[in-house]
Amino acid sequence: MMPALCNRILRRSGFVLGLVILLLFSLGPFLWILVTSLKSPAQIAARPPELWPAFDFTFFRTVFAQHSFARYALNSLVVATCTTAAAITLGTLAAYPLARLRVRFRRTLLALVLMASMFPQVAIVGGIYRMLSAAGLLNTYPGLILPYTALTLPLAIWILVSFFREIPPELEEAALVDGCGPLAALGRIILPVSAPAVFTAAILVFIYAWNEFFFALLITTDPAVQTLPVGIAKFPGEYEIPWGDLAAAAVVATAPLVAMVLGLQRRIIRGLTAGAVKG
Amino acid sequence: MDDPRRLGQVLLLPALLLIGLLLLLPIASTVITSLHIDTPFAPKRFVGLQNYAQLRDDPVARGTIEFTILFVTVSVALEILLGLIFALFIHHRFRGRGLVRASVLVPWAIPTVVAAVMWKYMLNDQYGFINLLLHGGHIESYRAYLADPGGARFAIILADVWKTSSFAALLILAGLQAIPDELYEAARVDGAGPIRTFFFITLPLLRPAILVALLFRIMDAFRVFDLVYVMTQGAPGGATQVLQFFGYQKMFPEQQFGYGSAVSVVVFIIVAIFSLLTVRLLGSRIFEESS
Repeated sequence: MMPALCNRILRRSGFVLGLVILLLFSLGPFLWILVTSLKSPAQIAARPPELWPAFDFTFFRTVFAQHSFARYALNSLVVATCTTAAAITLGTLAAYPLARLRVRFRRTLLALVLMASMFPQVAIVGGIYRMLSAAGLLNTYPGLILPYTALTLPLAIWILVSFFREIPPELEEAALVDGCGPLAALGRIILPVSAPAVFTAAILVFIYAWNEFFFALLITTDPAVQTLPVGIAKFPGEYEIPWGDLAAAAVVATAPLVAMVLGLQRRIIRGLTAGAVKG
Repeated sequence: MDDPRRLGQVLLLPALLLIGLLLLLPIASTVITSLHIDTPFAPKRFVGLQNYAQLRDDPVARGTIEFTILFVTVSVALEILLGLIFALFIHHRFRGRGLVRASVLVPWAIPTVVAAVMWKYMLNDQYGFINLLLHGGHIESYRAYLADPGGARFAIILADVWKTSSFAALLILAGLQAIPDELYEAARVDGAGPIRTFFFITLPLLRPAILVALLFRIMDAFRVFDLVYVMTQGAPGGATQVLQFFGYQKMFPEQQFGYGSAVSVVVFIIVAIFSLLTVRLLGSRIFEESS
């Protein structure tokens, strides 16, 4: 009896220890940047670095006052929201026939969409850049929204196809028998039933657009349209990096995502694994 | 509009048009550009495979390819291993599991640029947490990890492993959830211990999920860019130069569109091989006709 009990306690504490390490590893860097952003300007230069911040909000104030930072945040919000709306609308329209109707070259199309989502950015950026330049769209919102929509469409289509396929066909057939056309069936049956799936795809597209850096770096050179990742990567200070301001900027850029993940963990996990693993 | 086949084509059109115009057409244009000398200083001219020959003989390109392969191999191996361990932990039933799962997702959700800034600061030679952790108050022993080649390479790999292990963990978790409980039940009845159960039931049944995670991570790791741009810009001495960053440098700052495109085509071909494998693997699951 005693050894068994010891064994259980040992295993239990091993598990808890593992969890603590897991949490420290996952959250540690974010906590460190959070602590840094809350330090006072005097504290930030302390060596060795101090662990407990003064909860002084100076850096947040400077970041918003000085570095066109509010502008970057607004740009990110506009670009990510428009991209999400466009990719989800076009993605839903495309996913419906791919999942539910007879379409010629269906397999080829799905394979192509899947492969297109994996293209290395550097291999397409030249062509996109020239196209946007010819259309006068460099340094504009549409100049980012158009490529972002194309880049996230495969992801949206893929998630939506795999969710649409889980809807029992009887639901739709009933609608068709009742005299609805396929388009009405999409609007009245499929969409309401799969609202959670559409929402899941929307979260993932939004996060992608909010975080994207490569195209934003090349397409936008004017701070008036640059997004948060570009603003942070090109933070002023060639020689002496203003770590306090930078930490505050990083916290602001990350906070909405951390909130999303905390609130929508279940959905995000389902969306990310949709189609990748049966279940 | 009542003909479902016609309707399907109409609904698909906008998405396919956008993907074709902004993803497929640019690939073709990059391939064509890679066969030309294309700089702002001289008229564009066709040179066949000359850019590829230059790429083959360029020692910087060779170093870049070597580090890219090293980066992909080491980080993906670590990510799959950590992903497996994470997945086993968050598959367990315990109080607060949702919160732990959300915490594991945090690195995945954070913008890569921000993650790179975080790790740059973690590894800072004066205020870095890693130095504090290793040397405490002995500030004279604090090291500038990003200033030496080995340290910088380690830093890029560490940041990538931190950022993407959770993605691997989620795919493997989905695989774990698909294993029927009866199998574990049967193993227990047969008197198999946890280690035997893991190696004879869990691991073999996880193989498809691990393979998918492996392919996704390999493709993504070959495209590494943001971390290198923010943390090292390829320094010191090109030690952390990777293919996508090299291609970007040739094309944009140096304006050698032809040579840069050749580099891009090489990255594209590498990733395309792995994506074909992925499509084949996932194809049977998602493409089969709905009944």
